[in-house]
Amino acid sequence: MEELLEILEEMHPDVDFTTCDTLIDSNILDSFDIIALISEIKLEFGVTIPPDEIIPENFNSAKAMYELIERLSD
Amino acid sequence: MLFASYGFIAFISILFIVYYLIPKKHQWKLLLFASYVFYLFAGPKYILYIVFTTVSTYIISLRIDKLNQTQAQYLAKHKKDLSRADKREYRDMMKYRMRRWLVACLLLNFGILAVVKYSNFAIANLNAISRAFGGQGQLSFLNIALPMGISFYTFQTMGYIIDVFRGKYSPEKNIFKLALFVSFFPQLVQGPISRFDDLSKTLFKEHSFEHRSFSFGIQRIMWGYFKKLVIADRILVAVNTIIRDPEMYQGAFALVGMLFYAFQLYADFTGGIDITIGIAQVLGIEVQENFNRPYFSKSIAEYWRRWHITLGTWFKDYLFYPISVSKPMMRVFKFTRERFGGAIGRRIPVYISTITVWFVTGIWHGSSWNFIAWGLANCVVIIISQELEPFYAWFHSKFNVRNAFGFRLFQVVRTVLLMSSIRMFDCYRDVPTTFRMFGSMFTVFNYRELFGGVLLDLGLNMADYCILLIGLILLLGVSLAQRKGSVRSRLAQEPEPLRYAVYSFMFIMILIFGAYGVGYDSSQFIYNQF
Repeated sequence: MEELLEILEEMHPDVDFTTCDTLIDSNILDSFDIIALISEIKLEFGVTIPPDEIIPENFNSAKAMYELIERLSD
Repeated sequence: MLFASYGFIAFISILFIVYYLIPKKHQWKLLLFASYVFYLFAGPKYILYIVFTTVSTYIISLRIDKLNQTQAQYLAKHKKDLSRADKREYRDMMKYRMRRWLVACLLLNFGILAVVKYSNFAIANLNAISRAFGGQGQLSFLNIALPMGISFYTFQTMGYIIDVFRGKYSPEKNIFKLALFVSFFPQLVQGPISRFDDLSKTLFKEHSFEHRSFSFGIQRIMWGYFKKLVIADRILVAVNTIIRDPEMYQGAFALVGMLFYAFQLYADFTGGIDITIGIAQVLGIEVQENFNRPYFSKSIAEYWRRWHITLGTWFKDYLFYPISVSKPMMRVFKFTRERFGGAIGRRIPVYISTITVWFVTGIWHGSSWNFIAWGLANCVVIIISQELEPFYAWFHSKFNVRNAFGFRLFQVVRTVLLMSSIRMFDCYRDVPTTFRMFGSMFTVFNYRELFGGVLLDLGLNMADYCILLIGLILLLGVSLAQRKGSVRSRLAQEPEPLRYAVYSFMFIMILIFGAYGVGYDSSQFIYNQF
């Protein structure tokens, strides 16, 4: 989780990713950010996120993203 | 049969009556029948295209579903005997087989779209290249007409098969229901591009007559006709006069043409979608909204989230994301990150995908260099604004104007002007002429040219301008009112005399001030040709 938070904070230093759970719904992360994030996740965690997993529920919070990473690495 | 025709009004009137008279379980069948009757009016031979898309998608979706079931059964049966690696290998093998079917479906259907829509464009370019190298350049053009709505129904249906492949939902087992999803007539000619899981919730349901949805639907249809016939088709005359004679109408006239076209396109396209959604609402069917007051956007990226929403989300879900997270793109990301660092490394793959998507968006709109240039111009503006993000952040940290009315108004006006100037590519006959006319707004601009009655030489008289002005004020007023929720819901709470006065006013406006007759062309909507 720490690594993920680091990646996110590097992208948007002004956002509190530990509490925010409307990252997509509030347009904090746009599609550009999502792609950059997916690429970083691939490098950092070795997890490939397929296009059909790119839905708001999976990216609205750092917690949801981490759960996605864990689920896909199983 | 065109939306703006008496025949169409008669067609939907009869449909509305019969729809609520027949047993409810047959309602969707009636819609399928009506959709094919509607399509027949475009030309019987075109039916073959839509039938082919329906049948091929139906067969392949079942094939994919069968493989999915086989996989689930196999994995359940061998749950304990297989290692995790074995299961993964098996899933990969099955995914590969499913993907082959998916690719076949996409190739077949996008192939047809490519042949009917882009063959002559390709031939024209090959001829030009041949001539440039001293050849004859005499390849003959194909005599193929574009089947009605092919860009829309192909995209909608291919979205469906991709969703089935991704396991988002099970395929429709009844081919006639799938045929209705593909051909549902109100959205056939200009969208919205629906998703199966959205539309099917109400499309196949049994519907009882409900006064509220009937009344709201009719109001929405009337509002659509008002936009189309009173505003779009009237202003079209002036737009055509300006853009068809670029030698004569430059400078200030090019600016007028650009702004008029912005109003025309908005009224035309949103009007058409209002009619579509209104018809569906009368039938008790919910169709996804395609616009969210786009001219109030504060940036181009926001504008594209609010204009032609269903096309934008289609490209995002089925093209932008798959390209961006594809293996080659991940390799590009890794390479650029190692070479140039994280900040640049992150951008390159996203920008490659963005350019690809905007190229395809451009060519989706039409087979000409104008549309490709239009798409790429949008892309350039989006990438520049993305690159300017740090500057915007710095600006807002220094100046606390983000919520100031004046600043927001500036952002809105800037976005409208930017979008309108990019849309000049839609208007003029070729890309060089577009650039010349855009340049003329700065080189030979003289606002005095617009005075002295010359605007009355554009095909519109003073009464037309007055009607347009009233229409545009109404349009703006309704858009502003919509920010506080549904205008129709609020109107429904008003006393009956006021309500009926408003309905009658709209009806009379359409009837009397709709642009009919000599000099006007209400033959089709702009988006019909895409």
